[in-house]
Amino acid sequence: MKVALFVPCFIDAFFPDVGVATLELLERLGCDVDFPLEQTCCGQPMGNSGCEKDAAATEALFVKNFSGYDYIVAPSGSCVHHVRDHMTAVEPTAQSRAVRANTYELVEFLHDVLKVDALPWAEFPHKVGLHNSCGTLRSLRTAKMSEINEPFFSKPLSLLRKVKGIEFVTPARPDECCGFGGTFCVTEEPVSARMGQDKVRDHKQAGAEYIVSADSSCLMHQKGCSERLGLGLNFIHIAQILNGARS
Amino acid sequence: MKRVDHVRASREFIADEKHIEFHDKRLWALRTLRDEAAHGIEEWEQLRSLASGIKEHTLTHLADYLEEFERNATSNGVIVHWAKDAEEHNRIVHEILSSHGAKTLVKSKSMLTEECAMREYLEPRGITVVETDLGERIQQLDHQRPAHIVVPAVHKLASDVSRVFSKTLGTDPDNSDVHYLAEAQRDATRPLILNAEAGMTGCNFAVAETGGITVCTNEGNADLSANVPPLHIASIGIEKLIPKLAHLGVFIRMLSRSALGSPITQYTSHFRGPRKGAEMHFVLVDNGRSARLAMDDFWYSLKCIRCGACMNTCPVYRRSTGLSYGGVYSGPIGVIINPTFDLKKYSALPFASTMNGSCTNVCPVKINIHEQIYKWRQIVAEQHDLPFVKTQAMKVAGKVLAEPALYRAAIKAADTAVAKLPRAFIYNPFNAWGKQREVPDAPEQTFRDWYLKNRKAK
Amino acid sequence: MSSRNTILASLRGTQRTPATLPEVPLFDAGLPPALEKFKETLAGMGGIWADRSTDGDLDAQIRARFPDAKVICSAVPEVAGTRRIEEVRDPHELNDVDVGIVRPRFAVAETGSIWLSEVQYQVNALGYLSQHLVALLDPADIVGNLHHAYHRPDFFAANYAVLMSGPSATADIEGVLIRGAQGIRSLTVLPAPRVRVSG
Repeated sequence: MKVALFVPCFIDAFFPDVGVATLELLERLGCDVDFPLEQTCCGQPMGNSGCEKDAAATEALFVKNFSGYDYIVAPSGSCVHHVRDHMTAVEPTAQSRAVRANTYELVEFLHDVLKVDALPWAEFPHKVGLHNSCGTLRSLRTAKMSEINEPFFSKPLSLLRKVKGIEFVTPARPDECCGFGGTFCVTEEPVSARMGQDKVRDHKQAGAEYIVSADSSCLMHQKGCSERLGLGLNFIHIAQILNGARS
Repeated sequence: MKRVDHVRASREFIADEKHIEFHDKRLWALRTLRDEAAHGIEEWEQLRSLASGIKEHTLTHLADYLEEFERNATSNGVIVHWAKDAEEHNRIVHEILSSHGAKTLVKSKSMLTEECAMREYLEPRGITVVETDLGERIQQLDHQRPAHIVVPAVHKLASDVSRVFSKTLGTDPDNSDVHYLAEAQRDATRPLILNAEAGMTGCNFAVAETGGITVCTNEGNADLSANVPPLHIASIGIEKLIPKLAHLGVFIRMLSRSALGSPITQYTSHFRGPRKGAEMHFVLVDNGRSARLAMDDFWYSLKCIRCGACMNTCPVYRRSTGLSYGGVYSGPIGVIINPTFDLKKYSALPFASTMNGSCTNVCPVKINIHEQIYKWRQIVAEQHDLPFVKTQAMKVAGKVLAEPALYRAAIKAADTAVAKLPRAFIYNPFNAWGKQREVPDAPEQTFRDWYLKNRKAK
Repeated sequence: MSSRNTILASLRGTQRTPATLPEVPLFDAGLPPALEKFKETLAGMGGIWADRSTDGDLDAQIRARFPDAKVICSAVPEVAGTRRIEEVRDPHELNDVDVGIVRPRFAVAETGSIWLSEVQYQVNALGYLSQHLVALLDPADIVGNLHHAYHRPDFFAANYAVLMSGPSATADIEGVLIRGAQGIRSLTVLPAPRVRVSG
């Protein structure tokens, strides 16, 4: 099984530890992981701004870098959603179709492909609020959506439950968007900030010490709001907890 | 037409803590009630699929169903008119009223009449138009458009309503008791209904098989407006058609549960023909609907049954109010419909969204709202109407991210800037991120740097 | 070209791929007992179920329920009232009615609704200008759900028909529930089997 790691641009730049944790975790689970050195971005910023066409070259580079792998894994739900659902500026060849279909978000990959059933090195003795980003929840369908009348399931929760000592607390609004939304966070700053503040206050009142998510973009936005409000919350990516981080 | 500035309107609203706190909580409560109702019906998701399927079938056969509807309505004694646009709708309504010497028109809620700006047309021509729905009446008396399609004055507190009513209905300005205010409107409106020469309703569903229409209200004001005056006019958007009476079983089960979480509205009224000695008119209105039906990506918005569930769940709508969208329709459905009326004016709306997808999930007819929002962004960009992100900036970004060396240089520069610049440089009025959020710390090395140091030995 | 023909031509010109019409089931497997369910949903919609008084005198029961009522307008043979609907020529005459008495044709357990048309009302405005409404309902006339309701031929015989579920209501101001927003302030349902004429 040939696995490639895609580390999204903002994780490469601001949250390299998330990339490190992802790589180490996949290696611990027996994967032989490549990191194509010439990777950059998936094209989401241009696509979400309405400039799909300007993403064509970036997307072509993505396809070039990640061709020939059985799985491309990324610790980012929004990026994987873009690759699978909106990477349409690049020419639709057999190659680009394959790359798009083989791109997995980390939780999806661990749950559906590796079918991880134990994480003996993982221990996280803290009260944790799980934040399922809208990309992972409603596009990649990694958990039950509160709006839909469907049986309960949660891929991230089922993985986190294998972590020793972890305790879950649930906010009043379990899957309301936190307000990051890509460029929305700066173009619609008033609403975005208010949404972020409401989100972190909700987790705080539920008793969370940590907020965990599969999306660093959401975490970055919520952390920014929480620090400005002085709430004392901590933020961590799911890759880090599953990889054995204690805090 | 000047572009609607959603951001500015939202900033003003958010600054008013009392109002935003109430507005957000009230509409979230409706979303919660909707969830309870939906989860209480085992076949809910199946009903959604049926509702969507019935609407898609009807819309793809719409001309045939309209002809069937007209045939049946006419044989029931209804006079049927066709209006290709808002102006023609208003002219037709005016002609009907004039020919009957009608000077006062009482009406129940109709978004279509708002769309046609009917009141603005009739009032200068000597017709008094009275909104009978409490929320619509508040908005009418306050010279504001409705802020929500089901609860038009949801953004107002009781004190705001008291202010409006004390100026217009003569209520006690120091009394904000909701029962007092509602009773005052009831007392003020009853004589207007009794003295009106004509009544008007909108239409939730038009049934081809019966030639009749269905109107859903909680106050019974459609029943009053239609059953007291001797003349009843109904404004009907052509997309309201459904094939058979039995299909109402699906839609009526879903409408109020989606809107308010109650199993049905207090009044579900069916109008098929005039009373003895009275007259009934239907005005079928296009006003851009047939053009929208031709849009491959956007015709699905015609399925809308006007339940408002998308507004209730939308985190952006709840924190900015319907008025901030600057059009008749607001919230998620407004984002995908308004640009069809005026792309430039509403070009900012597709960006007043995080595309989180909750709206799509609560839509009883499965309109893929958030996917259409993504597509509208591409159209706005193509027409060079991007409100904030400069087209040039995206071109540059597209080039940098396609060149690994350029990309790595840009990342390094960003990290250096964050690490080295003083706080005052980063947190300034031009840095939108930093207004209410802390900027993330700059790490010592990128992931790629770490990888080269720690793994590249292979 | 007339607007009618312009619109129809415009619609046909879109050439949308025809979508199939789905079959709609009745969804009536395992429905709860109708009368019990109706009482529950009626209450949820703000309506009142009142059991019959022991002597069965409807006029007396209604007078006792509405002691201040001056005008009781009846559209049913079982209740005399102070005014007969048969005498009413114009809807405006009903503005002084305190209590209207009607017999719905059928009711719906799923939603707590009663169905009335001009056949039952005789003057439709009776259901809306009255301050209160009393409905005599035969429990045998309760159907299980809206799918069953919308298969009834009664709709085709009526120019006007309503599914009324509780009294007039609104929550337009700060979400505070108001009963009697524009129409009736209360709806009371009394069980009264229909007189079935044989032959």
